[in-house]
Amino acid sequence: MISPKLVEVGRHTNIDLLTYSELVELRGEPGNFTAVVRKKARYVDLAKCTSCGECSKVCPIETVNDYDEGLSKRKAIFKQYVQGMPGAYAIEKRGTAPCKATCPAHVSIQGYIALINAGKYQEALDLFREEHPFPGVCGRVCHHPCEKMCTRNDVDQPLAIRELHRFLADFERAQGEPVVSGAEEKRSEKVAVIGAGPAGLTAAYYLAQRGYQVTIFEKLPVAGGMMAVGIPAYRLPREILNLEIEVIRRMGVDIRTGVTFGKDVTFDSLKQDGFKSVFLAIGLHGGRRLGVENEDTAGVLQGVDFLRDAALGRKVEIGQDVLVVGGGNVAVDVALTAKRLGAKNVTMVCLERREEMPAWAHEIQEALESDITIVNSFGPKSFFIDKAKRVSGIEFKTCTAVFDENKRFNPQYDESVCTPLFADTVIISIGQSTDRSHLDGQGIAFTRPGGIQADPVTLQTNIEGVFAGGDVFYGPKSVVEAVASGKEAAESIHRYINGLDLREGRAKEWEHVKPDTAGEAKHGRVAVRCLDPAARECNFLEVSFGYDEAEARSEAQRCLRCGICSECYQCVKACLAKAVDHTQAPETLEIQVGSVILCPGSDPYDPSHLENIYHYRTSPNVLTSLEFERILSATGPTMGHLKRLSDDREPKRIAWLQCIGSRDTNQCGNSYCSSVCCMYAMKDAMIAKEHAHSGLDCTIFNMDIRSFGKDYEKYYNRAIKNGIRFVRSRVHSVDVLPETGNLSLRYVDESGGLKIEEYDMVVLSVGLQISKDTVDLAGRLGVDLKSSRFADSDVFKPVETSRPGVYACGVFQGPKDIPASVTEASAAAAMAAGKLAEARGTDIQKIQLPEEMDVSEETPRIGVFVCNCGINIGGVVDVPAIRQYAESLPGVVFADENLFTCSQDTQEKIKDKIKEHKLNRVVVASCSPKTHAPMFMETLEACGLNPYLFEMANIRNQDSWVHAGDHSAATRKARDLVRMSVARATTLRTLSSKEVSITKRALVIGGGIAGMNAALALARQGFPVALVEKEPELGGFARRLHHTIEGADIQAYLNQLAGEVRANAQIQILTDTRITAFEGFKGNFVTTVQTGAEGRDQTITHGAIVVATGAGEYRPKEYLYGEDPRVMTQVEFGDLLEKKEAGALQSVVMIQCVGSRNEQNENCSRICCQSAVKNALHLKRANPEAQVYVLYRDMRTYGQLEDFYTEARRQGVIFIRFEPGDAPQAAAAADGIAVKVKDHVLQRDIEILADRLVLSAGMAAADTADISGIMKLNRNPEGFFIEAHVKLRPVDMPSEGVYLCGTAHGPKLISETIAQAQAAASRAGTLLSKDVVKLSAITAKLDTDHCVKCLTCVRSCPFGVPQFNTSEKVVEINEALCHGCGVCTAVCPRQAIGLSYYEDDQLICKIDALLSEEVS
Amino acid sequence: MRLNYPPNVKIILVPCTGKVDVIHMLQAIQKGADGVYCVGCLEGSCHYNEGNLRCRERVNHVRELLQEIGLESDRVRMYNLSSGEGPTFAAYATEMTEHIRKLGPNPLKKKPKGN
Repeated sequence: MISPKLVEVGRHTNIDLLTYSELVELRGEPGNFTAVVRKKARYVDLAKCTSCGECSKVCPIETVNDYDEGLSKRKAIFKQYVQGMPGAYAIEKRGTAPCKATCPAHVSIQGYIALINAGKYQEALDLFREEHPFPGVCGRVCHHPCEKMCTRNDVDQPLAIRELHRFLADFERAQGEPVVSGAEEKRSEKVAVIGAGPAGLTAAYYLAQRGYQVTIFEKLPVAGGMMAVGIPAYRLPREILNLEIEVIRRMGVDIRTGVTFGKDVTFDSLKQDGFKSVFLAIGLHGGRRLGVENEDTAGVLQGVDFLRDAALGRKVEIGQDVLVVGGGNVAVDVALTAKRLGAKNVTMVCLERREEMPAWAHEIQEALESDITIVNSFGPKSFFIDKAKRVSGIEFKTCTAVFDENKRFNPQYDESVCTPLFADTVIISIGQSTDRSHLDGQGIAFTRPGGIQADPVTLQTNIEGVFAGGDVFYGPKSVVEAVASGKEAAESIHRYINGLDLREGRAKEWEHVKPDTAGEAKHGRVAVRCLDPAARECNFLEVSFGYDEAEARSEAQRCLRCGICSECYQCVKACLAKAVDHTQAPETLEIQVGSVILCPGSDPYDPSHLENIYHYRTSPNVLTSLEFERILSATGPTMGHLKRLSDDREPKRIAWLQCIGSRDTNQCGNSYCSSVCCMYAMKDAMIAKEHAHSGLDCTIFNMDIRSFGKDYEKYYNRAIKNGIRFVRSRVHSVDVLPETGNLSLRYVDESGGLKIEEYDMVVLSVGLQISKDTVDLAGRLGVDLKSSRFADSDVFKPVETSRPGVYACGVFQGPKDIPASVTEASAAAAMAAGKLAEARGTDIQKIQLPEEMDVSEETPRIGVFVCNCGINIGGVVDVPAIRQYAESLPGVVFADENLFTCSQDTQEKIKDKIKEHKLNRVVVASCSPKTHAPMFMETLEACGLNPYLFEMANIRNQDSWVHAGDHSAATRKARDLVRMSVARATTLRTLSSKEVSITKRALVIGGGIAGMNAALALARQGFPVALVEKEPELGGFARRLHHTIEGADIQAYLNQLAGEVRANAQIQILTDTRITAFEGFKGNFVTTVQTGAEGRDQTITHGAIVVATGAGEYRPKEYLYGEDPRVMTQVEFGDLLEKKEAGALQSVVMIQCVGSRNEQNENCSRICCQSAVKNALHLKRANPEAQVYVLYRDMRTYGQLEDFYTEARRQGVIFIRFEPGDAPQAAAAADGIAVKVKDHVLQRDIEILADRLVLSAGMAAADTADISGIMKLNRNPEGFFIEAHVKLRPVDMPSEGVYLCGTAHGPKLISETIAQAQAAASRAGTLLSKDVVKLSAITAKLDTDHCVKCLTCVRSCPFGVPQFNTSEKVVEINEALCHGCGVCTAVCPRQAIGLSYYEDDQLICKIDALLSEEVS
Repeated sequence: MRLNYPPNVKIILVPCTGKVDVIHMLQAIQKGADGVYCVGCLEGSCHYNEGNLRCRERVNHVRELLQEIGLESDRVRMYNLSSGEGPTFAAYATEMTEHIRKLGPNPLKKKPKGN
């Protein structure tokens, strides 16, 4: 139902839709506000997205689908719901995941993990390589700072992030050749990289990707730097490293080993050879000395040299006993390498205590596993030298502290405690240094600690075009940091070569987000299988085996999807329209506006915290009403199949529990009634019964059934008739039965008996609640809220907030249903427009329609669009078969099927197809032309096709909906309907509609509160108004009322209102005036009125009509009314109270529903319950001792009226419920009226002697038989006027240009009347603000040549349109006046009159088409 | 309301039953429709005042014509209801279908070819 409205708003040229946005600030004053709007990033370009959904197909992230109330999953890139407007996708991001933010190379870790989960290993690896060229190397040696930040760490253990990308690299290697990504485009510029370590190789990799010619000069005989000569092979097998270097080579990078910079090549020589830029990444290949005497003795080695020699296979002489000095990772590698080279005893000695050791814990563990002895807290004092001048050991002194109070390295020793350790080889491994042997002549600047000096962001050195990175720049770090540095270098060099700013936009702060992990199930990390410690001796076999596929998949599933969107960028690749943009950032807009309307709606109440009562969180068979609506919805999680979520079984018994989160100050503090829950519970129960295959028992547990809206009582009666059971009780506990998942309900019935009943499902009818976001919004804008958190508004100014120029409507204003919300929305629009009247039409865009194509000479080329309507049609009718069938029909050149033909993207598609296939007729096979034809016709117009070359086949309302039980019959009927429509389309001709100017004046009928408010609202919008009132005075029924329940003075308001109306020059007041004649059409009406009984007729020309004829109080025939003066109505009792004549009354009985909810008047009169409460409270104020009894059927103090009901009970007013079959009886007695009623609690008759019996007489419509007859306005059996559509057009009447408000529409409160009057004025203003009205093109046309002037048409036309022109001697039909009924065409004996769009051939062709194929 | 009614009913939209001509009904019968019925507004509340009354006259006329040529006049009927009466619409559709089933196929209907 909402779909056409969405499309209308979305397509409107003068509505700017700002979705994903919030109002953060409102400056200025009414008429001149500046609204500051924060627009969240959508990450999808609205202008480009075609809503094709391909992105969603490839997205690996599934997250909770809020639209289905969390009952289903959706992707991180999503469209909220199919008909959503704007019709584009959006990406949900919580922020950057901690892993990606923490990784120095900022690999999209969550992304590749998500792709592993999706089984897309190659895509995962490609994603890794976008930021890091060494998935295999780093998969083995990375110190993975990401894992430390992993959110999973807060639950159990972090994800094995490193192992997962190692798995990807290993998987690729097992498949064969690695993927080599080619350059975007080759470039001629040459770049030199000095050093083939991880930094240099990475820079080369990304430069090569950008097309540069890169040469790496490496001093060592092998490429890889420390990866090749520092990290031992048992940790990093060389074939892994070489494979990844080979990828870089194959990208075109020239790696020249054995070339020493400063000796073989220099800056000058490179420049001469045409290199544009140089990246220095020479690493730290020198050791650090202890500074202890005899350090150079034979048998003393430097760790880096030792590892390099071992790695290069050079001969390294070590003895049996090896002492390793140092406690870092390198020292561990040294110790383990020594062990593998044959040393028997290896001892590590370091200054630090075990827990302070710089080596990572897992490395220390590995050392211990390999029988390495670790001696802590000792520093070398002196070397022992043997006779052969070889080292034989070290004298160690005790280290008491390694760091000083500033955490700087500053070891303190206690030389009194020394210990000797003996060895034949000592390896010093306490740090690394730059090998500057050939660098000094190159003019490069060094820092004091000995590294190359460069800018921390751009890596620019003191020499232009020369950049430095890696260990030589920042000191010894791990591979991933070198990769990050190499990437930055590549970026700098690219910018340098292209003359771009080196620094712009680069100093990015990486912030991360973590989801809430409360309640997250524990799921331990998948262990990595390793080589048995015993098998590691004397070999360099890889210790870790890594994950196999199953292990990787199992581990990847532990990811908590911190960022929601994983930034795997699969959507970017999938989007052919190039609409996805992950770099979008939030925007702040400043918009100049004159008025602001707040309609932020409400949240359903969350019953989670009532877990101990309702088990909503734990039992899948306890649902909120909104969740249940999703279950019933064709687009919901069960595709509309009624079933339990616990076992997919169709329920047999469902219980609804009303007032969850409403009328409850005890549990949730929401004292108000949410107004809508009774009706939706009934509706859902009715639909559920329809959906059930084999009977369904529905029980609604309620305190009162509040079906107070127009015709709602009729629905309630239907529900009862339909077998829905209503139990008057608040269920006090729900127990889950573990074996079946059923729910056992315990409640006390009205007689006080405890009942236990079992149900398959329980639906909690949750109320409406203003969200915290809305409360914050109101706070920012300075809009006051009530304690109930609804907007604070005056009874007589229902849509105005405490801040002038800011209006409220919908549930934010107070709990209400759809018709009231839609009405209030129009009211708010009227008030907002009143402020802007001067500026109307100044800041708008006009639709430019293309020139219409002339297709009159073309043979029909028909396009047929068959709609699935989600599964509304597609679930019953075989839509693909219908499309195919349509293709076979004569004249059809194109046929297509759509999920929702009415959606915005399909309109675009239809336009494309019209152009592509040169269509000159369009048939849409979908739903009702009543609701949808105008929209499709606009689509035709937008591409230059006459809108009347359009035809609809209603295969939903006339087929799939009504023949849902017989799919094949429905499909056959759809064929027939489509064939008929195609036949008709062939006969359609171009029609043009006439434009007629509009009389910019309104006629308001009725001078009560509704009429006066409508007149004023119209006058404020700048339109003259004629206000017609049949009584001599303005004011209507309200003249008999005194105060509202809130205490507002009605007479004061009425006087002020009438004064404003009288003072307004735009309003012509016609009291004592009746309507005697009426003619015309929307925009151009002529009404004849007569003032006074003797007055002369006068005519009013006007463009719009507002009907506000009001209603009065029902005059009871019941309960001695009119017979005994002590029996009176509420209005009369109100007079008594007002005159202060009720103070002496001791006992008053009120009887509700007099003249309402009975056989004569089925409906509820809506206002009587609050009237009774209002007067009861008034009496209690006047005389607290007075006893007040209210005999009622359901107390319908809806919305915030509930508070007064509560107050009345608190004041001691006694409420006694009765059944309609057990109505109270009244008998006159000398000392009062004796009222007998059966008390529902005591279950017996009680008798009350009342001083006054007050009847809550319902509302009776005013006598409007004359107006209804003259103006042809339809009324319902109760005499209230009928609106065009209950929900979509609540204040429009079916006749165009006529609007309806106040109690003429149905019983309502004054505040509701005012809102509706403003709404009617808004709707009338919408029409009057136009300059012209487009008349229907569907009119009768007379062929004068064939006319024999028999004048049958003149006599037959119900509107007297055909006239005989006596001077021309011809019959004429005025198109502007023709209603298009076609009566004249049928009566014309010569068939000289045709009704356009319904010509005889255009109808007969349908009959012929239908009957051309034999119907079985 | 999605109320079920027999799928053999197919609706042809006209602006008012007053537009329905004798020729339209006769054409349908001649081409083999087993029954034709017009559904208009309730008498007295025609959206165009009296189109439904004119339609009833024409329906009656067609019924006479059918009788003259020896067909069951009751293959053509007029029904009235208001736009809000979905259940009545479904009930009339069912009633008409059951009624026509009792009458049997339209004798003017062409025999399927090949038989």
